[in-house]
Amino acid sequence: MTVKFTKDHEWIRVEGDEATVGVSDYAQQQLGDVVFVELPDVGRTLEKGKEAAVVESVKAASEVFAPVSGEVIAVNPELEADPSLVNGGAESAGWFFKLRLTNPSELDGLMDEAAYKEFVEGQH
Amino acid sequence: MTEAPDTIKTTPLHGLHLELKARMVPFAGYDMPVQYPLGILKEHQHTREKAGLFDVSHMGQVRLTGDDPAAALETLIPGDIKGLAPGRMRYSLFLNEQGGILDDLMVTNADDHLFLVVNAARKEHDVALLRDQLKGRAEVEYLADLALLALQGPKAAEVMARFVPEAATMKFMSYLPAVFNGIPVVLTRSGYTGEDGYEISCDKADAEPVARALLADPDVEPIGLGARDSLRLEAGLCLYGHDIDETTTPVEAALEWAISKRRRQEGGFPGADIILGQLSDGAPRRRVGIQPEGRQPARELTEIFDADGARIGEVTSGGFGPTANAPVAMGYVDRAHAAPGTPLQLMVRGKPVTARVAAMPFVPQRYYRG
Repeated sequence: MTVKFTKDHEWIRVEGDEATVGVSDYAQQQLGDVVFVELPDVGRTLEKGKEAAVVESVKAASEVFAPVSGEVIAVNPELEADPSLVNGGAESAGWFFKLRLTNPSELDGLMDEAAYKEFVEGQH
Repeated sequence: MTEAPDTIKTTPLHGLHLELKARMVPFAGYDMPVQYPLGILKEHQHTREKAGLFDVSHMGQVRLTGDDPAAALETLIPGDIKGLAPGRMRYSLFLNEQGGILDDLMVTNADDHLFLVVNAARKEHDVALLRDQLKGRAEVEYLADLALLALQGPKAAEVMARFVPEAATMKFMSYLPAVFNGIPVVLTRSGYTGEDGYEISCDKADAEPVARALLADPDVEPIGLGARDSLRLEAGLCLYGHDIDETTTPVEAALEWAISKRRRQEGGFPGADIILGQLSDGAPRRRVGIQPEGRQPARELTEIFDADGARIGEVTSGGFGPTANAPVAMGYVDRAHAAPGTPLQLMVRGKPVTARVAAMPFVPQRYYRG
């Protein structure tokens, strides 16, 4: 199992040819209280770097981008009723969707946890 | 308009905001707290349930004096200021010759002068307007050495009475010079959240001790601009530059209640012909509350369509209302679609969302009328 991060503050946890995607804990802190999440339809094909979901806080809407290309095979059913899961567990219970990867080599361009931590510290 | 970081201004409470670990953002040329660690949602709820303390020192405070400053000011605004009793205040609007709104403001009859509070982003404009238009009739003093705080919420009166006992019986939209922990302050029972509460004007140097004394009360939390915005939106109150501006008239903006009865009869304010015409015949468009279905907020600039798909307006403020526990918005629609209950379609991020015109406020106002 590998966890990688993007510069846009998504995380992706890879298990075989499937992966779970969400936003990082740093991202949820920056967003503030999440009040709505728009998730992609199951079956949709996402292209790396393109808009995959929308997360809305009290203050603003932010896009969530697909960290890698793939087909959406599941979305988090809990988020519709309780979007605050993103604040409470961004990197666990607040996951957004699961993908079947179409080009696993795209993972190579993403940051591992240590590199992402350093990247976030550079944002201050 | 953005300003270079080295020109950004700070309020007298800037150090306190940093100490309280606020997230700071530029607003109207000032480095202001958008939220504290509590977060916008909880800050909003705390203000509705207990009491919130806001730093609004970026707003402009102005003193008008002269032989008859009320008569002079009435040439620029449609409110009855001559009839404003001492110690009473009124919401009003600076207007242009087309009946457009140059700013909204509070006017207080402070016995020997008029005390004005205007928007931060418009204060230079407003002071220049007053000095230019009232030359020879009134002295205009911009009170740069004052700070302004707001204490808002159902516990505000109880908290304030611990420092200023006579504050408890002040009525909504009244004014009282007082002493707070030995500090001279001017209180008004007013605010911009829809809740009962006070605005507290004091010398800049006294702002921090006043703020710290209020924050020491367990019922009081510091509240940032984020929650200030969601609170005023739920209360149906306009934000200048968004919901009202030079292109909107008071009638279009559903603010005709700010045009006092005597002024409707006498006129004599900028744009009176246009505004009085709209008062009798209606305006072509109208500011309305908008209730989208579902949970997704419809934000500013969201386009509004009627049930047949014709574009009829635009959202001017929109977000999620924590107390309404739903998305809430306001915007302008053509007059034929302004009645509460009228079905609308919003185009939210490329997708149609069903909505309806809603009566405002979204959350009942709880002003203290004695």
